[in-house]
Amino acid sequence: MLDFLFFVEVLLSGLLTGALYSLVALGFVLIFKASGVFNFAQGAMMLFAALSLVGVQEMLGVHWTIAFIITVGIMIALAWCVEKFVLGKLVNQEPIILFMATIGVTFFLDGFGQTIWGSDIKILDIGLPNGAFDVGGVFIDQLELVAGLTAGALVIILAIFFNKTKIGRALRAVADDHQAAMSVGISLRYIWIVVWTVAGLVGLVAGIMWGSKLGVQFSLSLIALKALPVLMLGGFTSIPGAIVGGLIIGAGEKLAEIYVGDLVGGAIENWFAYMLAMVFLLFRPQGLFGEKIIERV
Amino acid sequence: MNQLAAAKLDSKTDKGSLANERVKQSPSQVNNIEVIYDHVILVLKGVSLEVPEGSIVSILGANGAGKTTSLKAISNLLRSERGEVTKGSIEYRGNNITEKSPAELVTEGVVQVMEGRHCFEHLTVEENLMTGAYTRKGGKAMINKELEKVYHYFPRLKERRTSLAGYISGGEQQMVAVGRALMAEPNLILLDEPSMGLAPQLVEEIFEIVKRLNEETGVSFLVAEQNATIALKYAHYGYILENGRVVMDGAAKDLSNNEDVKEFYLGLGGDGRKSFRDVKHYRRRKRWLA
Repeated sequence: MLDFLFFVEVLLSGLLTGALYSLVALGFVLIFKASGVFNFAQGAMMLFAALSLVGVQEMLGVHWTIAFIITVGIMIALAWCVEKFVLGKLVNQEPIILFMATIGVTFFLDGFGQTIWGSDIKILDIGLPNGAFDVGGVFIDQLELVAGLTAGALVIILAIFFNKTKIGRALRAVADDHQAAMSVGISLRYIWIVVWTVAGLVGLVAGIMWGSKLGVQFSLSLIALKALPVLMLGGFTSIPGAIVGGLIIGAGEKLAEIYVGDLVGGAIENWFAYMLAMVFLLFRPQGLFGEKIIERV
Repeated sequence: MNQLAAAKLDSKTDKGSLANERVKQSPSQVNNIEVIYDHVILVLKGVSLEVPEGSIVSILGANGAGKTTSLKAISNLLRSERGEVTKGSIEYRGNNITEKSPAELVTEGVVQVMEGRHCFEHLTVEENLMTGAYTRKGGKAMINKELEKVYHYFPRLKERRTSLAGYISGGEQQMVAVGRALMAEPNLILLDEPSMGLAPQLVEEIFEIVKRLNEETGVSFLVAEQNATIALKYAHYGYILENGRVVMDGAAKDLSNNEDVKEFYLGLGGDGRKSFRDVKHYRRRKRWLA
């Protein structure tokens, strides 16, 4: 009985950590879906958002909600700048070129954020609950629970946004065919600003969660690397995929660490996700929920 | 110019009162434009066209003659392909539209249907159509009304409304592309190579619908087409492009009776094989500004 409870606890903790991965992965999916660009800068955006939030809060000494609103403004401005100075110049280029451009954005953001706000580890405290509580013998981390719920809520909002609204439809249209989207009068500039803003806001939410957990520091941007296996598992174009992929990776790595780790000398958690992703690439390259590559015969 | 006026007159008498209202609008004009890609590749060397309101005008020519480029110059989709109109001007309803963005042009009623259909593959047929109404103001009621209109002309699309556009047949995709353009409430549709990759019967069907749309809703069409036979059958007026120049133009009927056009574009030479050396290349007669 005790063993089973322990198993449930590990599983739950894994799933909730997975939800945190999903939050990061979501940002990637959004931009990839809407512009076919793999945004390498998503991790840097998350770090930048979290840094800005803490920085604004410290500098102005205001309540976090006000700092949050200002940071939202900063992320919109960032999206505008990225479109204006980087992507806007590269319309209709190969995806690989756009990808390289986002690597450039990554370096810029990493440096810029730390130049403005400093590179010390900062504590982000917006009053999220800390500590664990006990449900029938299973301990659940409160922060992780909040993160899980937030991820769920975000997915629902985004799903509605993408499938039911005019802008959402336009975003998907742009993802499919830039030229055709332009021919029906969709302005690429506007769409790209919208999508980078949305990705920036998702990054902000992810940054808040991870920042509360680990403190705001440079290594936050490296969590984005964990989002890669999540994406390979879930599919680069699927929002639910990002969530499910995150959950599988989160739970998988925790369980593997506890139950398999001892057999191979431990520390599986760090590379398990990548192995899993590689296996997936071999058998189902589009991921669990990725859009099938349509080929008409 | 006389020929053109005659063609206009022709189309007017065909269509009666609906056409008379439209005549007040000045025609869309392309005035002697030159288009350069990547700053070096000269593609159009002074092309002039005219599309009277409510008419079907076709541009004929071989591969690389500049048909698509002419259309893209009008819809301004050139810019994203690093092309540029370096000389001349394009007028629509008396306004110079050379510098307008594609989105502005769609709002004003100039919509391009691109070569190769370009449907949004991962959107359903209906969603594809709905994106066509992107620039329009108005709620669900307006969109539903427009959808019904499109389904009226393309009943087959109604059956397939929930299918992903990537999975429907080529003919249906072409219908989606035209229907999507209709959703924007256009005055002028730039139709690029509608026959590409379609069975002859379907090509006929598409052109029939184009003709009906033109007659019933008064939309003007500028059709770029390699299939000269069918294009001249449905158009009121035609231009023939060669190497980025208009080498000939005239009422569709006159063109299809012209010996040289028959020979080179309609495959109706008649007198056995000819030496390639005897083939005469048209030189564009100087017209208007050039």
